[in-house]
Amino acid sequence: MLLKRLTEASGISGNEWEVRNLIINEIKDHVDDLKIDKLGNVIAFKKGKEIPKKLMITAHMDEVGLMIIDVDDKGYIKFTTVGGIDKRILVSKPVLVGDKKIPGVIGSKPIHLQMKEERDKAIEVDNLYIDIGVDSKEEALKYVKIGDYITFDSRYIEFGDNLIKAKALDNRVGCSLLIELIKEVEDISFYGVFTVMEEVGLKGAGPAAYSVDPDICIVLEGTLCYDVPEIDSHFIPTRLNDGPAISLIDKTTLFNKALREKIVEIAKLNDIPYQYRKSSMGGNDSGKIHTTKEGAITATISVPCRNIHSPTSVMSRKDYENTLKLLKAILCEYKKGEFTSGI
Amino acid sequence: MEFNSKLLKGLVTTYGPSGNETKICNYIKEQIENYVDEIIIDNLGNLIARKKGNGKKIMIAAHMDQIGLMITDIDDNGFLRFTNIGGISPIVSLNQHVIFENGVVGIIAMEPMEDISKIKLSNLFIDIGVKDKKEAESLVNIGDICVYLSHYSENENVIFTGAIDDRIGCYVAIEAIKRIKNYKNDLYFVFTVQEEVGLRGAKTSAYKINPDICIALDVTGSGDTPKAKTFAVGLHKGTAIKVKDNSILTHPKLRNVMINIAKENNIPYQLEVLEYGGTDSGAVHLTREGVTSGVISIPTRYVHSTTEMVSKKDVLNSIKLLMKLLENDLNL
Amino acid sequence: MDTKKFLKELCTNYSVSGHELSIKETITKSFEKYADEINTDRLGNIVIFKKGKNNDSNIKIMVAAHMDEVGLMVKSIEKNGYIKFTNIGGIDPKTILGQEVIVHGKKPLFGVVVSKPPHLQEASESNKALKLDDLYIDLGYDSEKLKNYISIGDIITINREFRELKNGKLTCKSLDNKAGIATMYEAIKELMKLDHKADLYFVCTVQEEVGLRGAHTSTYGINPDIGIAIDVGFGSTPELPKHKTIELGKGPGIAIGGTIHPKLREKMVKIAEKYNIPFQYDISPSSTGTDADAIQLTREGIPTLCLSIPLRYMHTSVEVVDIKDIENTAKLLAFFVASITEENLEGLLCY
Repeated sequence: MLLKRLTEASGISGNEWEVRNLIINEIKDHVDDLKIDKLGNVIAFKKGKEIPKKLMITAHMDEVGLMIIDVDDKGYIKFTTVGGIDKRILVSKPVLVGDKKIPGVIGSKPIHLQMKEERDKAIEVDNLYIDIGVDSKEEALKYVKIGDYITFDSRYIEFGDNLIKAKALDNRVGCSLLIELIKEVEDISFYGVFTVMEEVGLKGAGPAAYSVDPDICIVLEGTLCYDVPEIDSHFIPTRLNDGPAISLIDKTTLFNKALREKIVEIAKLNDIPYQYRKSSMGGNDSGKIHTTKEGAITATISVPCRNIHSPTSVMSRKDYENTLKLLKAILCEYKKGEFTSGI
Repeated sequence: MEFNSKLLKGLVTTYGPSGNETKICNYIKEQIENYVDEIIIDNLGNLIARKKGNGKKIMIAAHMDQIGLMITDIDDNGFLRFTNIGGISPIVSLNQHVIFENGVVGIIAMEPMEDISKIKLSNLFIDIGVKDKKEAESLVNIGDICVYLSHYSENENVIFTGAIDDRIGCYVAIEAIKRIKNYKNDLYFVFTVQEEVGLRGAKTSAYKINPDICIALDVTGSGDTPKAKTFAVGLHKGTAIKVKDNSILTHPKLRNVMINIAKENNIPYQLEVLEYGGTDSGAVHLTREGVTSGVISIPTRYVHSTTEMVSKKDVLNSIKLLMKLLENDLNL
Repeated sequence: MDTKKFLKELCTNYSVSGHELSIKETITKSFEKYADEINTDRLGNIVIFKKGKNNDSNIKIMVAAHMDEVGLMVKSIEKNGYIKFTNIGGIDPKTILGQEVIVHGKKPLFGVVVSKPPHLQEASESNKALKLDDLYIDLGYDSEKLKNYISIGDIITINREFRELKNGKLTCKSLDNKAGIATMYEAIKELMKLDHKADLYFVCTVQEEVGLRGAHTSTYGINPDIGIAIDVGFGSTPELPKHKTIELGKGPGIAIGGTIHPKLREKMVKIAEKYNIPFQYDISPSSTGTDADAIQLTREGIPTLCLSIPLRYMHTSVEVVDIKDIENTAKLLAFFVASITEENLEGLLCY
């Protein structure tokens, strides 16, 4: 299954080769032009009916993870984080180290031996290490080297009522949607762009937008979902199973009102559930895209993901399907040419 | 030059938060369309007005957006929650009136709090005086933006009202557009969007215009109020020529030309070393291969409140300096 | 000119961000006999061009080192001839107390930073770090006279001599990143002995310390095939964790991380190994904090590298580098750029 393969592939920001190869294999027979640019972004072009306003749809393919900064004399690996990871989720997790995916674990001091203050405090990343089972630095360096990337070791599992647990749902879910669009939408011209290094500062998107120079861009994302009981509704960014989340504002973009309203109208017309992404926190590739060159009109449509940036992210297949439905309906309107009037 | 209170009142009371500048854009367009050769509104909504000329391309940027509050949630009783568009302070916001694009008015109130010093925007809500969610939803949608509702007042020295940041810059630009005759270069007056959320409109409009020189017009703070942090800019002491803020170190040659023009024409001026903030020139000067940039600042008290204050004389001197600058050939 | 002498001249002059003009002549005079052309752009970046041999395909490599330094700026002229000041670039206020300074007004004025005598301090005060706002500079004139010499916005630098420590270590202010400029100087001399196919653009960038500003615009102008930033990296000292630093005397740090093109980095490592040049790794998973970050994201994206010269006590007026590291960085840089040809470039850049 596509989403399983995508989420189980590695692709930490700056080292996206594995997931990039997977994506290219998926789409190469379905596109009219395909290039990897100088930063590693995949820029695909589908040729069909030409619409006056150039459309780009993007999803970042990188994920958060870890990187080796040192190996100590006993062969324990010291690491730093790549992208925004809550240090508290790291302890007691299995990981895969380097391109050869050497298994390792991030252990912790037994609770019996912890002082009271230690029990109450989060462990600093500087005090964590990875154990790959070797006895010395020399032995460790046979398998790994400084600068190697480390991913969470987490499988794709379906559970509950249509839910999926995996690592890297942010943003392999966006990649999966974009791949499906590229495969299934045959009759209009658009650019499908899989960007690199979103998680370390939206790096790939600017140069990609510079080269494509779109008029309109839809950014596909897996976004924050935190809908536990007993919090006020205005603190809930998105809810699982409430449908695709349409962004209002984040730290990097004030999303274009006319385009946003058009998307809502299309959702209503097609009876597709939708919700607004209510948080103004975070940011995504749109921030770079809408201010590149002379500027572009952007929207972000996301699948809500619980436990984002952790090895155990959770999403709903229903939300995925509704998001795909909405995207297809948008492209259908776009094809009619009137989609952009008034935007 | 008389102070045109009517124009400024029109500017500060016209709705136009970042991301939703259509109304203020139309208002400004009406004021200037008979005085310029060409008007373009670009992808993000920047209003670009050109006075054609030979010589260098000069971009004059004043942002037309204002700070605001975006609705993110409507509860069962019709109370609205919001997030900030630009620099909104919870302390300033408390008990203010707000107004939406469609004219709906509300007030900002606070949840009960034990320690008011810990107040955050998430403790505040907007009450638009409805009975329930349904009625609220008939007036306001999630994603709508409201702005502070403020009164326009003036005496012979000063104006006090909201949205002076940066409708005063727009005012300076409009007055210059109307008056200037013997300009030496090709002038692009840009009323930019989304400055308050990160100089976004300036970035894309500068890319489009590709100017040789940029002069931004914006407010700056003042250091002349009781116990103010040291800042050698105050009201009634002239227009301010920016040396630095967090977005730009102005071009020394352009800055010196500005200073010399001010001296030659007896325009009182102050030099501004601002330790925070930024303005459109910050984005413009890094566009493409770089743009020689400077800033004319209007000293302003109580920035980002509903009662910002500027000196009429400083404003008139800012217009004078801008006009003299544009009448210069600006060979640096 | 001898590279050490060139470095001394750069450090003892001043070039605080936005005000780099005063070292322009030293740089252009020193580089001109090795360069085919030298230009200055709108923001003040100095672009030193050295043409490649028989380069029909016109491969362009940009090497960037920022020439600006952190410093201070006059923000108000107070009573009794005191001035208050702000920082340009990241400065620890603790390091300013008790310094001699030069205010670069109509003429350079000597001054000292004023401190409250210990006798007048509350017991708790001496344990508290000072803020810039607590400090004044005394220029020895009354305020009226002072206004004839200086104005708000004038640049202030710390008065510091260039000195040699033991074992080839050098100390002065602004070695960050005059050491980088000296490295480019040493490299261009080295390149006179080597054949290089690529056209080389050595750029002395402005305003790095306030946001990589010069690198943005100069890279846009040059639009190179490869960009290489030369800057300083945190040198190891007793209080810093080993894995966050690079050691003095052990050669350039080669950056690893998202900013860096992986295959070009491997090539750089191979060149170091081939010519027996010592090197270390400098890990920066997301951003390097150097001009490399700006270069990489210009236009459609530029494959980028970054070399760091180990430097102790960054952004103080007693920075320390090892001349051997400058020489080794220059050597590595020169051999690397000489190794790039039209034939191997495409293979190096593909993913």
